[in-house]
Amino acid sequence: MEIRLQAVDIHKTFILHLQGGKRLNVLKRVDLTVEAGECVALTGPSGIGKSTFLKILYGNYKPDSGRVLIYHLGQWINTVEAEPYQILDIRRSTIGYVSQFLRVIPRVPAIEIVMEPLQRLGLSVQECRVRAEELLRRLNLSESLWTVSPTTFSGGEQQRVNLARSLIYPYSILLLDEPTASLDEKNRAIVVQLIQEAKRRGTAVVGVFHDRTVREALATRYFNLSMEESG
Amino acid sequence: MTHLKEPLLKVMGVTKYFGDRVGCRDISFELWPGEVLGIVGESGSGKTTLLNTLSFHLEPTRGTILYWMEEEGPVNVGQLPESKKRHLMRTEWGMVRQNPREGLRMRVSAGANIGERLMAIGVRHYGRIRAEVQRWLERVEIDTDRANDLPETFSGGMLQRLQIARNLVSRPRLVFMDEPTGGLDVSVQARLLDLLRALVAELHLSLIIVTHDLGVVRLLSHRLLVMRQGEIVESGLTDQVLDDPHHPYTQLLVSSVIQA
Amino acid sequence: MRNPLKLQSKEKPKKTPIQEGYNFAYLDEGTKRMIRRTILKAIAIPGHQVPFGSREMPLPLGWGTGGIQITASLIGPDDVLKVIDQGADDTTNAVSIKKLFIKTTGVSITEKTEQATLIQTRHRIPETPLREGQVIIFQVPIPEPLRFLEPRETETRKIHALADYGLMYVKLYEDIATHGRIATAFMYPVLVHHRYIASPSPIPRFDNPKMDRMPALQLFGAGREKRIYAIPPYTTVKSLDFEDHPFEVERWDQECALCGSKESYLDEIIKDDLGGRLFVCSDTDYCQKRRERAKKGVSSEVVDIEALRMRKGDETR
Repeated sequence: MEIRLQAVDIHKTFILHLQGGKRLNVLKRVDLTVEAGECVALTGPSGIGKSTFLKILYGNYKPDSGRVLIYHLGQWINTVEAEPYQILDIRRSTIGYVSQFLRVIPRVPAIEIVMEPLQRLGLSVQECRVRAEELLRRLNLSESLWTVSPTTFSGGEQQRVNLARSLIYPYSILLLDEPTASLDEKNRAIVVQLIQEAKRRGTAVVGVFHDRTVREALATRYFNLSMEESG
Repeated sequence: MTHLKEPLLKVMGVTKYFGDRVGCRDISFELWPGEVLGIVGESGSGKTTLLNTLSFHLEPTRGTILYWMEEEGPVNVGQLPESKKRHLMRTEWGMVRQNPREGLRMRVSAGANIGERLMAIGVRHYGRIRAEVQRWLERVEIDTDRANDLPETFSGGMLQRLQIARNLVSRPRLVFMDEPTGGLDVSVQARLLDLLRALVAELHLSLIIVTHDLGVVRLLSHRLLVMRQGEIVESGLTDQVLDDPHHPYTQLLVSSVIQA
Repeated sequence: MRNPLKLQSKEKPKKTPIQEGYNFAYLDEGTKRMIRRTILKAIAIPGHQVPFGSREMPLPLGWGTGGIQITASLIGPDDVLKVIDQGADDTTNAVSIKKLFIKTTGVSITEKTEQATLIQTRHRIPETPLREGQVIIFQVPIPEPLRFLEPRETETRKIHALADYGLMYVKLYEDIATHGRIATAFMYPVLVHHRYIASPSPIPRFDNPKMDRMPALQLFGAGREKRIYAIPPYTTVKSLDFEDHPFEVERWDQECALCGSKESYLDEIIKDDLGGRLFVCSDTDYCQKRRERAKKGVSSEVVDIEALRMRKGDETR
């Protein structure tokens, strides 16, 4: 199977200058390779750096050293050294990310938030809307909420908007940080289904899954960060 | 965002001194088509000086600014003859000032303000100018009935939107903005930011926005330069600089923002 | 200046002796040379305003000192001078200016346009077409056509230097937006020789077409603002307009009450305290000539037209 993502020798230390330069060593010599169709579940105790690692893969955090190689449009790009516009390009068409908290852009209705990843790639508004509605329906988000901005949504509703936004486009890599945390059992099952479909399409998934059933349903492999750290 | 292989703007070692006092020093970066660059810092950081120097409202003390013109390709802007510079500033470039009264002609009508760039480049058909005026008033959400009104009768938010329309009528590729939401009510700011987001996407604009408001850059800009005492202390992808700030000053800035 | 028009001797008006204590034409010869140099430079760059060292003249600023200095620099003993103010030869100002030149040069004065070698004017171009060899000198209060849009001299100079004239069209756009048409009635801006935008001085727009390819030399003097500009003979002069709002001159429904002209610029004169009014040619010489030709005589209205005109001339001052 083809390799989609390679994290090589990742080191990350936070230096908190506002607290007198206090150092938090979070990740040390982490290596991970992910192939198409795989789902790697990051494990380890709370605070070990699972979310941090995902954010480094997304380019949201910058490691002190190491490389993050992403296979993008036929080329390998090291996002640690890449130009901002390249990283944005990769986020547009190669990597999707479901964060733990939805940062809401105010005043934009939920349906448009979900449509956006497709729209900016040039698809017609009509087509984007149809697909977005399909997804939201499947995720059981009430139709009355589609034209409203998610600022007033519950955690679970926000999460479903977040998920829809990342699933509407077939990214080749999907990063998921607690994707079912605020969902009830029924919706959790639906999300699991959707991610299975993504895997079958060949998406490489890396995720943090607190819920054991979800983890066991999705993971093809486990990756324990605490073991890596001691290396 | 489709990329050309070439940047739109290349800034190399730009420095501006006022006598012995440093305005900004050794500023270098590239800007790509369709990219929004935020320049943040507190008062006295040199960000406004930098903006004025980049847009040639101030003459740089040192450094080179290359701009990729639509037809001619890369030119050294500092070495262009005055007439070409002026032409550039009112066609491919735009400047939106913090105080819209400085960026508008307050004694001529809104329509005249918008039409001016067209007349400056030789459009001599009143009907055509009028059509463009209508179109841009609509685009910035100003009632088209106000086309003949003097800007003095407009609110702060409307003035700012009028200033934006005045610049966009010539389809610029690069717009410099100095605190575009400064002094506006929060709800008015919000509306303006939404408009800017939409325009950037629609028109494939590159923006260089100077602001002290991190909320504005989070919403609008792809990239960030953090300035302190005339120098760039940190730069990178907006969400990366704001979520994972490395430099002490950046950490201070980010932690100082009060979340609503 | 030698007389290139070669007037008929029987037409030649008489000269008077010069007042003692004054140099010929009031100005010293050095000043005249300086002004002539300025004029040459102005002729070489049609429509471009050339600064000059404007001198103290025996009348206040704003009363035609610029035009007078040009006339004084050019006038010679064989010249024939015509001075008009608002088209009339006999208003107070025209008379005063003529008196100054009579006292200091003794030259012949005429009211007939075709006889004059030098014509100094305020606010009008004579109806009678001018010929090669004649010089018309305009009195100009504000030489800068953009002054009311852009108060900074530094900026207007740049605008002219770079031919960056968008602002001028903004003014015309504004007129159309407000009034439905370009409403400027006088001092209507013109493009000289496809390059410089100039003010034609406060002449009515009616007179603008006369400037285009005029066989005579047109000189413009602003004494208070210290600028001279020129339009050489046969230069293209085009009034600014928009493609879909072309330049138009004024038209009257009435004709001149004295001579019946339908083509000249008409003044409206109030003839009595009941608000009765007449329309008469503003160019007195032109009107006079038409009357002589038609042997029409004065209108049947028992009115002293000349007295009315003198009163009107004073009132508009």
